Amino acid sequence: MKWRALVPAVLLVIATFIGSRLSPKFLDFHFLLDRSTLVMETGLIALGMTFVMICGEIDLSVASNMVLTGCVTAKLLEKGWGIPAGVAFACLMGTGLGFLNGLLTAKLKLPSFLVTLGTMAAYRGAAQAMMGPDSVKLPKGFVNLDESYVLGIPWPVMIFLVIAVITAIVLHQTVFGRWAFSTGTNESASRYSGIPTDRVKILVFALTGLMCGIGSCMLTSRLGVARYDLANGAELDAITVVAVGGTSIFGGSGTMLGTILSLFLIDIMRSAMGVANMKAEYQLTAIGSLLILSVLAMNLGGKIRLSKRSSAGAT
Amino acid sequence: MERRSCTVEAADITVTFSGVDVLKSVSLELKPGEIHAITGENGAGKSSLAKVIAGVYRPRLGRILLDGEEISFKNPREALRHGIALIHQEPLTLPDLDIAENIFAGHHLVKAGLVDWRSLYARADALLAELGVTLDPHAKVGTLSVAQQQMVELASALSQDAMVWIFDETTAPLTPKEVEELFKVMRALKERGCAIAMVTHHLEELFLISDRITVLRDGEKVAEKATAETNISEIVQLMVGRELSSEKLHAESGSAAAPFLAVHNLSGPGFHDVSLDVRPGEVVCLSGLVGSGRTEFARALFGITRATAGSIQLGGAEVMITSPRAAKQMGIALVPEDRQHDGLLMPQAIAFNATLARLSKLCRSGWLNRKKLEQASMGYAERLRLAYRGQDQPVMELSGGNQQKVVISKWLMTEPKLLILDEPTRGVDVGAKHEVHKLIREQAEQGLAVLMISSDLPEVLALSDRILVMHAGTVVAEIEGKSATQEQVMFAATGQGAA
Amino acid sequence: MKLGLREWLALTFVVLVCLFAGLKDPRFFGPKSIDSILLWLPLITVVAMGEMLVIVTREIDISVGSMLGFTGIAVGLMFKANPHLSVPVAILAGLGVGLLLGFVNGALVTWGKISSLIVTIGTLAGFRGLSFLVSKGDEIDSSMVPDSLTSLSTKGIHVGHVTISVLLIIALVVAVITALFLRFARLGRDIYAMGNNPQAAYLRGISPNKITMFVFCVAGALGGLAGVMYAARFGFVNPGSAGQGFELTVIAAVAIGGVKLMGGSGSVFGVLMGCLLLSCINVALSVLGIDANWQLLAYGLVILAAILLDAMATKWHTRKAAA
Repeated sequence: MKWRALVPAVLLVIATFIGSRLSPKFLDFHFLLDRSTLVMETGLIALGMTFVMICGEIDLSVASNMVLTGCVTAKLLEKGWGIPAGVAFACLMGTGLGFLNGLLTAKLKLPSFLVTLGTMAAYRGAAQAMMGPDSVKLPKGFVNLDESYVLGIPWPVMIFLVIAVITAIVLHQTVFGRWAFSTGTNESASRYSGIPTDRVKILVFALTGLMCGIGSCMLTSRLGVARYDLANGAELDAITVVAVGGTSIFGGSGTMLGTILSLFLIDIMRSAMGVANMKAEYQLTAIGSLLILSVLAMNLGGKIRLSKRSSAGAT
Repeated sequence: MERRSCTVEAADITVTFSGVDVLKSVSLELKPGEIHAITGENGAGKSSLAKVIAGVYRPRLGRILLDGEEISFKNPREALRHGIALIHQEPLTLPDLDIAENIFAGHHLVKAGLVDWRSLYARADALLAELGVTLDPHAKVGTLSVAQQQMVELASALSQDAMVWIFDETTAPLTPKEVEELFKVMRALKERGCAIAMVTHHLEELFLISDRITVLRDGEKVAEKATAETNISEIVQLMVGRELSSEKLHAESGSAAAPFLAVHNLSGPGFHDVSLDVRPGEVVCLSGLVGSGRTEFARALFGITRATAGSIQLGGAEVMITSPRAAKQMGIALVPEDRQHDGLLMPQAIAFNATLARLSKLCRSGWLNRKKLEQASMGYAERLRLAYRGQDQPVMELSGGNQQKVVISKWLMTEPKLLILDEPTRGVDVGAKHEVHKLIREQAEQGLAVLMISSDLPEVLALSDRILVMHAGTVVAEIEGKSATQEQVMFAATGQGAA
Repeated sequence: MKLGLREWLALTFVVLVCLFAGLKDPRFFGPKSIDSILLWLPLITVVAMGEMLVIVTREIDISVGSMLGFTGIAVGLMFKANPHLSVPVAILAGLGVGLLLGFVNGALVTWGKISSLIVTIGTLAGFRGLSFLVSKGDEIDSSMVPDSLTSLSTKGIHVGHVTISVLLIIALVVAVITALFLRFARLGRDIYAMGNNPQAAYLRGISPNKITMFVFCVAGALGGLAGVMYAARFGFVNPGSAGQGFELTVIAAVAIGGVKLMGGSGSVFGVLMGCLLLSCINVALSVLGIDANWQLLAYGLVILAAILLDAMATKWHTRKAAA
């Protein structure tokens, strides 16, 4: 099923080409890197969401998780916690909130769509109840991570790339990753094979939560403030990235590479539209259409392959 | 509209699934006012025959005639429109809706374009009364028993003036009293001039109610008899007269080892008071009819459901089996009955499937060693003589027999001490069947304790060292494998007492 | 009419919230707060009726808020072009535009064979972008919305100090029509059958595609109607904020109202109670001086409570059936 990652790869090349016709900046690596710092939280979440969707589940609460974690962490930092402690706390808290989603989904056998719809409101609601309309400023040492570089690459991008490689390895090269594919392909048969499917599900939700925790640090560091209404709709962005990257919403198939390519594809599309003076809001239509068209294309591709296969099988 | 009685004739019906003929040129006539029983062993094709007449399957060859006129149905809906109703074993209901709606869904009574609830309920009441059941048409169907749900389905067919009724193993989930109720209804339908077909393997039932009996064996019609002119033992003879084509594969001598598995008075969902033991090197077969509690017993042994009473000993130590994972760690393997749903990840590759249960042992560090996995999978593929293109081939492209081999290799790879196989050769063609049998015997010879559930009598007789027959949830007979006959097993399985 | 367990629960919740708020502060029963409850109710009720049909069919529509926004803009532009447009025509236009958008969703789900969640996530963004496209990013401001339209939210039947606005009457009419449709139309009954057991419904001659298409079209049309009502209620339509995040409120109302989220059951009365409960919580928070910032948290907890109750009821039911 690796061919599904081809769709975003081809589109990425096309988008870069079109972008370069609009502005030579698209051939400037640094311009692209700097721009992409804006979407690295979404990228991190999409990495976790890839696991969740491969398991046949979905997590709508990611943006809310990220915001609640960010707000609580900001408050703690304001109270004088050290930055390392704050970051560690954010990771833990994000993981915990994700874990709760997994627990409700796996143990109560509830559809994750509903569970996370509830926690999506509850997590952001808790952030709002705690913060009100105020914003909390983050301490000096914490902010502007996106403007510092390592090996010529902005820190958030570096962190994303490292985690992307790790998650890709976990998904495709470890026993746990196999279990995730197996659970999403056929939960019953996986259970019959002695795979702890409930634990796998809880873990992928917790992993997504961890990504939200790390993402919350990146987000608040870039913006310098924490507010309850940040990252509105980021869950839909993340799902879009994963779905365009070729991961099926029904579980059992997908690649981390597809997700990564699709993240940069959407980012470059956005940049290109920005360069072409398209307003951010118009871009929504383009992204929405991209989602539907690429899933349609992949459905169609699957059908063609299937019919090829059955005609080959008949002979 | 009042429909007239009609005759249905199925002429020279051949049905083929993935290259295998499950029905071979079978003819059958259902006449008004007659109850025609279709019987045969599991897998003889009786259900397929019923489903062809009711429009679920389409025959490859042959014709269906309704009052002499050829008809062909795309689906069961069209069949029902022609007055042919199929009553399932497990009724397909709308659980959150009430009885009246379940009767009329899809053909609600309307007046001036609006659903006419008053006459809907009145009509539902009348239909239920006609069937002689007292049910409130306002009751939600999800709260009813299976027998009551069947009555609702009967009422639904009745509301569409069905004149041909096909009962497909309808009595299987019912208690004896409920069966009596159902028979009353069937007799009433017969009085009305309906033509009735009844698929069953419960022989007593068939003698209680039918007028005519057709016996199928291996997809072929072997006899049609008037019920009054035959008896149970003749029907049993006809049912089991299959050729024992496969060579005998019994153990050379009885196993003297201490039992690996010993079960005492185990009870659980669907079975009760089962006691048995299986020794290393021995193939023990659980025989019996579908629904006799065999699969349920195996599921409890494998930790999918929990036993409620009794004890399980493995290698002499008493154990609690709480999950398939726990069972696997104790050395138990289960090749499940429903291969597609519980056995395989159909879209995934052969190597993926074959190594799934052994993954954490083969890759101790947690890293996938694809080469090692593929080698392990290939090793078993060779041993099991799997026919495949490549290890990355999705299992859904394999034939039934080869799919089963993948499931078996998945479990052999865990190096189990007890191998439970539930209908290991269902949907497997004849050639591959024999290979699977040899494989099972080989495993036993290597010291594995094998517990096999099978409805295929020749298979049971060819392979097992001991045969335990289950009936109505418990073991009713134990028969020596070498000397057993099909009649012996079938008599015990139908509750006639051990012969 | 007989009420099910879940409808009773929703009703009890409403009564509890009212009693609690009223005892804490009697102003809750004053005309001012009742007025604000009644003003809050119409929009959510209309959209919730459509969403309910979709959920009963085992699908989901996330794009309702964007459909509301787009239609609000479209109808606003019609008023801009022709200030003398009559209100009934505007309402019909809103229904029509919404229907078209709903048809797009339905077509992608039935013919494109894409899961409704993905489709409506896509159109949520797509329709929102379209509203910017047609409005060129400009808001429909109060100068473009004629008084004949805005008066729908102020005119109406006066009962004492409380006003039952035309908007509320429209919403109630929609609710009543939906209830009657679900009760007395064959198609309405088929929706339930399909949601209960698609396979059984198919065998009974019900066409799944027809039903799916129908419910998405209705959800669109009602989203469109809500767009016109939005303009009437607020006097302006912003292409960015009109209806944004509304899907969450609506799905919450439907869930709390006892519509089984796995499909197959649910009643208009229950959904009305769900809408009323959310309105009451809203107003109660403000009357009690609790920060409006607690509203979202309250919603979230109420959704979770509804899901958990559902799970417990199912478990209890299966245990009873097993016994």
